[in-house]
Amino acid sequence: MSHYELDARRMLCPMPVIKTQNKIKELADGDILEVFCTDPGALSDIPAWARINGHEVIGHREKDDEIIISVRVSV
Amino acid sequence: MTKKHKAIALISGGLDSLLAVRVLQEQGIEVEGINFYTGFCVEGHTHAIRNSDKDKQKRNNALWAAEQLGIKLHIVDVIEEYKDVLLNPKHGYGANMNPCLDCKVFMVSKAVEWVKENRKDGFDFIITGEVIGQRPMSQRKKTMPIIAAESGADDILLRPLCAKNLPATKPELEGWVDREKLYDFSGRNRKPQIALAEEFGFKDYASPAGGCCFLTDKSYSAKLVDMWQRRGTREYEMDDIMLLKVGRHLRPKPEFKIIIARDAGESKYLAGYRKQFLTIQVVSHNGPLSIVDGDIKPEDIELAAGVVARYGQGRDAEQVEVEVSVPGEEKQTIKITPLLIEQVPEDWHV
Repeated sequence: MSHYELDARRMLCPMPVIKTQNKIKELADGDILEVFCTDPGALSDIPAWARINGHEVIGHREKDDEIIISVRVSV
Repeated sequence: MTKKHKAIALISGGLDSLLAVRVLQEQGIEVEGINFYTGFCVEGHTHAIRNSDKDKQKRNNALWAAEQLGIKLHIVDVIEEYKDVLLNPKHGYGANMNPCLDCKVFMVSKAVEWVKENRKDGFDFIITGEVIGQRPMSQRKKTMPIIAAESGADDILLRPLCAKNLPATKPELEGWVDREKLYDFSGRNRKPQIALAEEFGFKDYASPAGGCCFLTDKSYSAKLVDMWQRRGTREYEMDDIMLLKVGRHLRPKPEFKIIIARDAGESKYLAGYRKQFLTIQVVSHNGPLSIVDGDIKPEDIELAAGVVARYGQGRDAEQVEVEVSVPGEEKQTIKITPLLIEQVPEDWHV
């Protein structure tokens, strides 16, 4: 299991979702991806994308104007 | 064992594609969705920008539709490839800058590529929510075969909602899909779709009449054409097309345009462009952040600041203080008189 970070700052939805989707294609089962976003829309879109594609959002935190969403990859 | 056939569905997030998928699921066909992001899609980002939209549910309709249907959704970034569709549409534009027919051909052709790449997983045909007569440009009886032929999809393109009005396709002829259980919808009347949605138990779906593309919007198209004309080139970047969605756009002189935020949400969004553009903001009163796009001469800064001040709370003051910030330079504060309403002619509004 490895930990990865993805910079999706200043991107507007659905770009953070597309970047997350494309990054996760390269990752292995159980890997954790932290996505750094500034568009609050990502808070609904990334979990929705994860639910329909079988991945798990294990939490999110907000720091200054950033939202950091953690996804556990399921392959 | 009989081979299981799978379809890839173009999902816009609207009602028609939602229904088209469910119709095939009812026949036991496994479907996955594909959604193309051109940069002009009317989706969550505008909700993220404007305050007035804060109460609206921040959802991406394509993702929402996929979740309702219980299918996987692949979202594909086609921003770069789409430029050629917009700039050189073989079939021309609709009422505004919308190249709907070329756009549909392009998207179906991308789905054809996807089917070829994923044939090993059993994908062998494409479905769309198209209905004959639904859209004036792309969804007509005459254009349906054009889309199938020019996209390369030919007989693997099935439109479940109007299939009975069209020649049978391969999935029907081969018996993968029962043609009798498909539909014969046509025209702009939405009642059959609304009734079918009710039958399937879909609620809270995206507005049936709602377009999914900014290019069908008159005001957006006018701003896009203005940008191209003033720059003398039709090239564009992602930031250009995003900024056309934000704020009021006023062009007091041919060489520059002012983009004035309409609320705090837009001010916050425009603040992200401070390093790229000259910005103007009234600091003695509450007022919107504004950016200047183009080449503004130093002697025109007061004029631009006067326009910006017109849209702040100090509009009736004799004098307001305005902060002017040029990227890479020290901020300056100047004192100006806000323009009167009659000093801002209607034709400055883009």
